[in-house]
Amino acid sequence: MILSASFSKRLKYFNLELSLSCRPGKMAVMIGPSGGGKTTVIRMLAGLTAPDAGRVVFGDEVWFDSARNIHLKPQKRRLGYVFQDYSLFPHLNLFDNAAFAAESKKEVEELFELFKISHLKKRRPHMVSGGERQRCAICQALARHPRLLLLDEPFSALDVVTRRGLREELKSLKGRLSCPVIYVTHDIHEALFLADEILPVVDGRIDRGWMQRTITREPGEGAAARGAREPRLSLVY
Amino acid sequence: MDYLALYVTLKLALATTIVLMILAAPVAYLLAYARFPGKSLVEALIYLPMALPPTVIGFYLIILMGPRGWAGRVWEAATGGSLLFTFLGITIASVIYSIPFAVQPMKAAFSRIDRRLLESAYILGLSKRAAFLRVIIPNSVSGIAAAAVLVFLHSIGAFGVLLMVGGSVPGETKVASIAIYEAVEMMNYEAAGLIALSFIPISYAFLLLVNRLNARAGA
Repeated sequence: MILSASFSKRLKYFNLELSLSCRPGKMAVMIGPSGGGKTTVIRMLAGLTAPDAGRVVFGDEVWFDSARNIHLKPQKRRLGYVFQDYSLFPHLNLFDNAAFAAESKKEVEELFELFKISHLKKRRPHMVSGGERQRCAICQALARHPRLLLLDEPFSALDVVTRRGLREELKSLKGRLSCPVIYVTHDIHEALFLADEILPVVDGRIDRGWMQRTITREPGEGAAARGAREPRLSLVY
Repeated sequence: MDYLALYVTLKLALATTIVLMILAAPVAYLLAYARFPGKSLVEALIYLPMALPPTVIGFYLIILMGPRGWAGRVWEAATGGSLLFTFLGITIASVIYSIPFAVQPMKAAFSRIDRRLLESAYILGLSKRAAFLRVIIPNSVSGIAAAAVLVFLHSIGAFGVLLMVGGSVPGETKVASIAIYEAVEMMNYEAAGLIALSFIPISYAFLLLVNRLNARAGA
């Protein structure tokens, strides 16, 4: 089912006003400078923050409509949401975290196999690395069979090597997902690597020219040092 | 040694602790998370027993639970008995007297929980009530335990409010603190000293426990 949203919200320094849509199995990546409203958008899609006005529709289900005073609770939207951190419950081990809202425990086992964290099932979140925690958080989100997957800078707190590994795992997983995926990042390489569509969000609006202004192609010789999978980019601010 | 008074004291402290753990948890939750008009006034009212002299609380409870008070009248109509000078009466008094000591640490423990954990629970489909039971409570165990120990200790030490509401009925309302007072009144320092001495290791051990729990909750 297609997600389409169009909303506005008055924030402290600007008015957030944007529209987006995403098809099943596709990943729309929101990118832009910090404080531009990306997380607010994802929170509004999740139902954690109410827009001032607008409409969010998922398939034929209206999740939010200011004109009709509809605001479907997050509980009713059946989402997967991976936060930058704090997605996992500290009092539960990794397996119980992932199985918290899962439809089947067997599936959680399979996801743990897929993400190579089966050996950590009994560990609490504080006993594993940041990368392992985020792998578990993704398992938790997927085990719920989400209708929409929201990833809010899920790898930004991780070191470069772990981030790159997880990014690749996510890319290979993407082909198997049948729901729309909205991904927030401030890493341009990540955006280009993962996105089916890139939505640059600047001061609460989609600013397609932002990418052009921010990126220039890098000469070929630097590419080998970066690794073949990295997009060949450099940033100019 | 007046073992009966010690028994009543421990029974009262236990009953107060159990009742307050159940009653104070939702109140502390509302104070930690809910927004409503007059919240600060309600909060101050809940903490009022901490700021009032115990005899003032005792006085109003006598008015309330006495034969002319509404609680006393309702109870008498329902059971034919009186609330004053009964174990139930002093339990009610003790609960009211100790409310702040249950609500305050629990509220602090609930407030320490990261909001994003709750949001995560809502995203995973949990209602607010389910999130309270499955996320807030298990992550506030140290704070809840600290509240329980504080309430228990505070109930053990209650005197004025219990004397006014319950008097000194042996086996029913005569708690250890009243037994000490009466023994001193009768110049029986040996009996008073024995009961008094029994308080010190218990209270000291419980206080050490509270400090440990508070340190864990804050970690």
